[in-house]
Amino acid sequence: MIRSVAVVGASLAGLAAARALRDQGFDGRVTLVGDEPHRPYDRPPLSKDFLLGRASAEELALGTEADDALDLDWRLGSPATALLPHERRVRLADGGEVSADSVVLATGARARNLPGFAGRGGVHTLRTLEDARALREELRPGARVVVVGAGFIGSEVASTAKAAGAEVTVVEALPVPLAGPLGPTMGTACAALHADHGVRLICGVPVRELLGQPRVTAVRLADGQELPATAVVVGVGAEPNVGWLAGSGVTVDDGVRTDAAYATNLPGVVAVGDCAASYRASTGRYVRTEHWTDALEAPRTAVRTLLGGGAGPAAGDDGRRRAAVPYFWSEQYGVRIQFAGHRGAEDEVRVEAGDPADRSFLAVYEREGRATAVLGVNRPKEFTRWRRALATTGSDSGPASGSGSGEQAAAVL
Amino acid sequence: MEQSETLTRSDVVVQVCHLNELPPGESIRVEGPGGVEPLAVFNADGEIHAIDDTCTHQDASLADGWLEGCTVECPLHAACFDLRTGMPSGPPAKRPVRTHQVEIADGVIRVRVAVAAVTA
Repeated sequence: MIRSVAVVGASLAGLAAARALRDQGFDGRVTLVGDEPHRPYDRPPLSKDFLLGRASAEELALGTEADDALDLDWRLGSPATALLPHERRVRLADGGEVSADSVVLATGARARNLPGFAGRGGVHTLRTLEDARALREELRPGARVVVVGAGFIGSEVASTAKAAGAEVTVVEALPVPLAGPLGPTMGTACAALHADHGVRLICGVPVRELLGQPRVTAVRLADGQELPATAVVVGVGAEPNVGWLAGSGVTVDDGVRTDAAYATNLPGVVAVGDCAASYRASTGRYVRTEHWTDALEAPRTAVRTLLGGGAGPAAGDDGRRRAAVPYFWSEQYGVRIQFAGHRGAEDEVRVEAGDPADRSFLAVYEREGRATAVLGVNRPKEFTRWRRALATTGSDSGPASGSGSGEQAAAVL
Repeated sequence: MEQSETLTRSDVVVQVCHLNELPPGESIRVEGPGGVEPLAVFNADGEIHAIDDTCTHQDASLADGWLEGCTVECPLHAACFDLRTGMPSGPPAKRPVRTHQVEIADGVIRVRVAVAAVTA
């Protein structure tokens, strides 16, 4: 009999877990532990509208009036420092403790920095509301911003900095940006957006060091060139917040290891969101995705696991099919990039509709004649059809027949 | 000086398409006449629903979204709305979309949209 649950992590996954607990009839004590002082908020706008000053912190809040009925015990502003499974307790940095029969690990990830970069004025990473507020102060006309890393966060920040009037250079150590998630062909196609909008992109040259103290004045690259900078933004990925679990007995390997239903190796402990590396039957591997939709949808299944309802989502569970394929999106320079599926390194890619030269196209990744993933650039409707087809069948034929009839109907009008 | 204008509500009827042009699982975006926001009309397993097309979270067309049962997921940020009530069923949307009355006559789908009109 579970009488109390501690949800460690008060962001999207943590809030989704708390909601799922009440949805699934749990009426015991639910404690939400968060290292930040804020109630859960939406992070994607931190690199976009919030950074540009077009959205307020209030608009980012994820909670609604309906959440008041969840009757949660909030413990914000102090990170968890230890999980003591045998004593059924979570220890906090402020000296407090939370007793709980079961624990949801949802501590997320933190922005990675480069060695020797931290602690210098004008150098930023972006993960939290405070990070975004601090960076926002730097983005103004006349500023010279160097973004290290041409991944999605780096590219979004470059886009926003440009929109704020700054002169922007993006530096990427790899020869092709976004080759990891999109493959080299499509990575190149998406990275072309920088040049379209007057942002310089330098690829294949690592950063050697920062110049200037106490504030950064320039970035020196491995080939010796110096890029003057009033601000530097490091966007080189994230690391799971799992250090506090050392000694707890939870298995950690680039994230908390879980099975497909989010159970860890410890009874009564599940893990969700960016901190979890969960088994995916479709690929036969443990995957830590850092996807917004996973953080939203995994807790439903994890809570069912915790409450003893057995493994896997129930039939008809809302969101189950949507969750069946990984999905992420990005917005840069007003262009919407969407990706879904399991792309393999050897997959072929072909342009199904539109033209990359027009920055409006749909590309399909294939392996042995079967579609594995889809990329949409400013093609939301067609993208959704393909994403759905991938989720439904692991499709080899794309969207079902009848696709396009919406457009036909529109044409009739 | 006191304003003599009053707010009244009047209905605008928007013709969408023939029923057979919107098979189950399909959706369509309809530009309303002046003063009417764009509409999204769905065939959810035979039931026709109409809502405002623009997601309440950010500018995106819900007619481009993922329809499953009576729920549509925004094509951009995955906000879900119940087509019957307009209520969001999860983040990032927090505000409902407006729902509209659907009328079907002679095989033609029409949507009755209430608009606030200012009259002198």
